Amino acid sequence: MPIHNKLEISRRDLLVSSAATVVVAGAAGGAAAQQAGNEMSLSSKVSLTVNGARHELDVDNRTTLLDALREHIHLTGTKKGCDHGQCGACTVIVDGRRVNSCLTLAVMHEGGQVTTVEGLGQPGNLHPIQAAFVKHDGFQCGYCTPGQICSSVAVLEEIKANIPSHVTGDLTAQVELVPAEIRERMSGNICRCGAYSNIIDAISEVAGIRA
Amino acid sequence: MKAFTYERASSVEAAAQAAGSNPNAKFIAGGTNLLDLMKLEIETPTHLIDVNGLGLDKIEATSDGGLRIGALVCNTDLAAHDVVRRDYGLLSRALVAGASGQLRNVATTAGNLLQRTRCPYFYDTAQPCNKRAPGSGCSAIGGFSRQHAVVGVSDACIATHPSDMAIAMRTLDAVVETRNKDGVARTIPIADFHRLPGDTPHIETVLERGEIVTAVLLPPPIGGRHIYRKVRDRASYAFAIVSVGAVIQADGKGRFAVGGVAHKPWRLDAADAALPGGAREAASALLADARPTEQNKFKIDLVERTLGAIINEARG
Repeated sequence: MPIHNKLEISRRDLLVSSAATVVVAGAAGGAAAQQAGNEMSLSSKVSLTVNGARHELDVDNRTTLLDALREHIHLTGTKKGCDHGQCGACTVIVDGRRVNSCLTLAVMHEGGQVTTVEGLGQPGNLHPIQAAFVKHDGFQCGYCTPGQICSSVAVLEEIKANIPSHVTGDLTAQVELVPAEIRERMSGNICRCGAYSNIIDAISEVAGIRA
Repeated sequence: MKAFTYERASSVEAAAQAAGSNPNAKFIAGGTNLLDLMKLEIETPTHLIDVNGLGLDKIEATSDGGLRIGALVCNTDLAAHDVVRRDYGLLSRALVAGASGQLRNVATTAGNLLQRTRCPYFYDTAQPCNKRAPGSGCSAIGGFSRQHAVVGVSDACIATHPSDMAIAMRTLDAVVETRNKDGVARTIPIADFHRLPGDTPHIETVLERGEIVTAVLLPPPIGGRHIYRKVRDRASYAFAIVSVGAVIQADGKGRFAVGGVAHKPWRLDAADAALPGGAREAASALLADARPTEQNKFKIDLVERTLGAIINEARG
């Protein structure tokens, strides 16, 4: 990795780590400690495939998927908003499903496939949702936009996959592709600038429906 | 967040043993609530046992005609399951009324039951809270208590359980299946799974150290109209002020449980029995022992009105 990573484990953390390792091993005792012996470290190796590229990381166990993407893999398109799963700015697609990357640990995704906003499209080769956000002015400051875009892509897939929502009428019928379904499903992505109506316009256009 | 060691459990037995032998260990599944609380250092485990690889993510028919829902089935998959939609519609409705699409893709069935309260004083580490710091006092009693419990409360705690799913599980008489650190399985009716706060509000369930939830069992379908109605401060992605889950039969009989009013899903046999008499009678029976605060006594009326709307909808 060419850029020195400031979040790499410090000497002090390492000392804390060694001490904690002893404490935990002592508490566990006997066979359990031996069995788990290789795992008793405050950091772990994990391999992730992000936007098609494989990354082998050695991360502090506390590292969220969000921080792994931003600080270790240096994909800063994914944003840290609230860091508590309330705003949706950190939304990425993991193994085909949208998640809040701030509320999951990188080490929990060994072998996982992650798609971030950078992987959906790039300038000159935008994903249809990205192009529609530009066309419909689906943002103002842009901070929530990568999360909005990842969510939008997944929302259309979720409707296609017949996953129900709070506004779905008949649970046993195919979910309808209507603006109310899109609005409800986008409620986990907050936009402080209030670009919501343009965001719905953008998604609706890609969905082929009238907002 | 405090530092912790991490292991991926290789089996249910190994996970239970690892948790049973270390009082500072926690299971992690979806992690959406646990990591939130760890960031705030309200939860400070020194060891995490990742149970995601244990194969507990299946939904299967049981021999008695019911359903066995693996502990790790995520909220999205449970809500979208064909049999759940057809025969246990209340459960689908409650699930999709909760959280956001991103969270439901990760949050698990067991984790949903085990999530902690969203009482703002529990979350504010600068405030006394008997649930977070036993013996320190309750800031909600005498504080801002609009969101808090009105029934089953104690002088130590008036927090609510935040789950929507649990309201449906309680209405449907679900049973929680567990395995302990010695490999012994047991089943716990959902009614007995969560505890009332009493003078130990930090102990929220009857689970013992090292005991792991393996599944939630649903009895055979009971028919009827399945209706979940959630009253909240915004139309989506907010916790309930009051929620009511009900299954109403054609003859007007039925059952219902209420969320947002207690430390656990609130359902009483006497209230179910009063259901044919209408919302006022049933809600009065359910909340006969209520001890609301000045700020949340409106919930008493709100439960009756929400139940009334459900009864009307079931007739329509």
